[in-house]
Amino acid sequence: MIEIIKKTSINFLGKRNIAFVFSGIIAVIGIIAIVQIATGRANLGIDFAGGTAIQFKFEKPVALHEVRVALESGGLKDFDLQDLPSENKILIRVKKTEEELGRISETIPDILAQKFPDNRFVVDSTTAIGPKVGGRLRADAAKAVAFAVVGILVYIAFRFQFKFGVGATIATFHDVLAVLGVFFLMGKEINLILVTALLTIAGYSLTDTVVIFDRVRENLKLRQRESVEAVMNISINEVLSRTIVTSLTVLFTSMALFFFGGEVLHDFSLAMILGVIVGTYSSVFIANPVVLLWGGKRPFAKK
Amino acid sequence: MKKKILWRLLLIAFTFVLAVVFFLPNTPLFRYMPEWWKNSMPDKGIVLGLDLQGGLHLVFEVEGDKAVEITTERYTAQLKDLLAKKNISADVTVSGPDIIIIPSSAEARKVVEDNYPALAPVETGSRVAYRISAKEATRIKDSASDQALETIRNRIDQFGVSEPTIHRQGENEVVIQLPGVKDPKRAIDLIGKTAQLEFKLVDDETRVAAELPMSVAAGEEENLLQQFSGKLPEDSEILFEKKVNRETGVMIKIPVLIKKQASLTGDLLSDAKVNLDSRFNEPYVSISFNAAGAKLFEEVTGANVKRRLAIILDNTVYSAPVIQEKISGGDAQITGNFTLEEAKDLSIVLRAGALPAPLKMLQNVTVGPSLGRDSIEAGKRAGIIGTIAVIIFMIFYYRLSGVIANFALFLNIILLLGAMASLNATLTLPGIAGIILAIGMAVDSNVLMFERMRDELRAGKTPRAAVDSGYDKAFWTIFDSHVTTLITAAVLFQFGTGPIKGFAVALSLGVAINLFTALVGTKSVFDIINSRRELKKLSI
Repeated sequence: MIEIIKKTSINFLGKRNIAFVFSGIIAVIGIIAIVQIATGRANLGIDFAGGTAIQFKFEKPVALHEVRVALESGGLKDFDLQDLPSENKILIRVKKTEEELGRISETIPDILAQKFPDNRFVVDSTTAIGPKVGGRLRADAAKAVAFAVVGILVYIAFRFQFKFGVGATIATFHDVLAVLGVFFLMGKEINLILVTALLTIAGYSLTDTVVIFDRVRENLKLRQRESVEAVMNISINEVLSRTIVTSLTVLFTSMALFFFGGEVLHDFSLAMILGVIVGTYSSVFIANPVVLLWGGKRPFAKK
Repeated sequence: MKKKILWRLLLIAFTFVLAVVFFLPNTPLFRYMPEWWKNSMPDKGIVLGLDLQGGLHLVFEVEGDKAVEITTERYTAQLKDLLAKKNISADVTVSGPDIIIIPSSAEARKVVEDNYPALAPVETGSRVAYRISAKEATRIKDSASDQALETIRNRIDQFGVSEPTIHRQGENEVVIQLPGVKDPKRAIDLIGKTAQLEFKLVDDETRVAAELPMSVAAGEEENLLQQFSGKLPEDSEILFEKKVNRETGVMIKIPVLIKKQASLTGDLLSDAKVNLDSRFNEPYVSISFNAAGAKLFEEVTGANVKRRLAIILDNTVYSAPVIQEKISGGDAQITGNFTLEEAKDLSIVLRAGALPAPLKMLQNVTVGPSLGRDSIEAGKRAGIIGTIAVIIFMIFYYRLSGVIANFALFLNIILLLGAMASLNATLTLPGIAGIILAIGMAVDSNVLMFERMRDELRAGKTPRAAVDSGYDKAFWTIFDSHVTTLITAAVLFQFGTGPIKGFAVALSLGVAINLFTALVGTKSVFDIINSRRELKKLSI
């Protein structure tokens, strides 16, 4: 048998206070991020904020500042540029314009064609989203997160007990906040793809939590004499190798996506990598301590 | 016991073959299959989403308020004629949403109320104001959306896009998906053009007409309109004709004073075709009126010989030739410096008819074909590398049992692709990510079982007993963890748009199939190994 870890008896729950402080900070950052997103001060993607994004692929290398100067002299305002020099790609984003949608996606290529006559380009993609659609997508994303949280709470409460549902939901929410917070701090774009990643992370983190809960439930029935805290520690230690092995395999595929999956999935896979790590941490250090702190009668005691 | 294993193996083999049959159209192998296979077996497979094959996703809003405005204007013109015919002297004007009749008389009111039940009085006194009732306005808006949908569908059909999706969304939105379109700008122009064709008389007799400049530079139109506002006759307006200098390419605008009342409109057309001018080799659009249109055209041209008749599309003058003689037969030409493509598109929109109201673009997502191709390649690469990493790790960590888990993983991938193909599911870029993630998560069920089996072995059980009780104990854990993932996938499916729906489909199918491969697939292999003879050691 190859074992990453031998039989362990780490006192995970004893470290819950350190974990709570650490996670508290993460959660606060996440909440700040949500407030900033809600008030429109975060780096919202075109799909949420509305606006136009166009990606060009040039034949020859092109300097970012030349594109900036060209666009400015062409009368374009309030835009950001991003480039992918290895493929001569330039991404131009214009946010929140009063102008008629679609006009900008015509003027920008015209300006570039005029200013760079000897460097031909193709338009890789155009995304133009009006404020109405942006608002709807934002609302849908918020609804999706809310429904997922409620669905999870209900299912866990039904399969285990209400306080386990609370523990799992808090742990899951913590993971979502953590990844969102990191993305916010890194100044990364908050868009629909990130929300998809967040919900996937929620699903993954939950799986992890459920596996541990399952063992806790089983052990609570078997080890009637030991304290709940001790049973939880034993259970976490018992499933630790599974937790690590599965996290590793998901990390492998997420990293494959990160390094080889292409530009569009880059941020998605980064979120997944972060989510797997934080999700594994939270099922151990958040979900179980919350159930413990909730108190009440010993769960799953023999009648 | 043995019979049970046999049945399970048959089930696995059956689903495997089924999956391969369904997925075959997505592989190059399908081309080499015999004719009968191509004809009678599934031939569609997984459909690529717009983000992977390139194309347009457009959302337009039908501006229903404009349709109500247009109806109000039409009613006003009709009312004027009707009151004049009945010798009721009254002044009918439009003010915002209201039709105002001065002076208010019982006769005038009776005419309106008898003929236009849709109009509701909003003000009576010395003057009377009517407005289209709220119920009628809703009906007009609704039918405008329906008509717009129909018109757009016609235009796209004639433009020639394979497998377009066009549908209404909500009260007043139209969603259009056009896969694989090479020239997105042209397609957008074609869809968005209102294409309101009108024939209106030029008002050359008025003194103001002589004061108009010969031409203005492009962009100066507003200034000119400002300058002449208030000086124009009430029933006329200034519209512009575009002219491009052939040598310099400079565009100028020629102002033309035109009667507001249309003599003829595009809804009387029966056909529109592109023709080439024999002298300049310049394309033009020749149109034919239907019987009623031809008769009206004959009347109008007969009554206005030597005057100019302007041909106007969406408030732009295309040409304003002098009527030399009465024109019968109902044929006319629209010229105006077209390229062949422009002329072709104009003939399409004229044939398909005008939109009942202007469209406002709400969303435009266009993906070029090369980006899609790059994405597929990158996705494949990431998938293969990720899978190999997982396979190597599993063998390294669980030895022979790892090989069994990899067999289940392989089965999982094939069944997932087969299931997606059988549903003709749309594969999007996030969908690819979903498949790859599902691969990473797929081994989890096996890991759960293996860890349980190891526990049982450590507790001193025989390999066979360890397999059985490990499997039993892991079952509910596996079940619970899968259901929770399914909940989030279902939520994503419900609230996600195109690409994200694709992700949800891939993820939920992946999870469901994973239950099958772990609980039926892996278990069967262990049972086979165990059924031959009692193992002394389990390679795990």
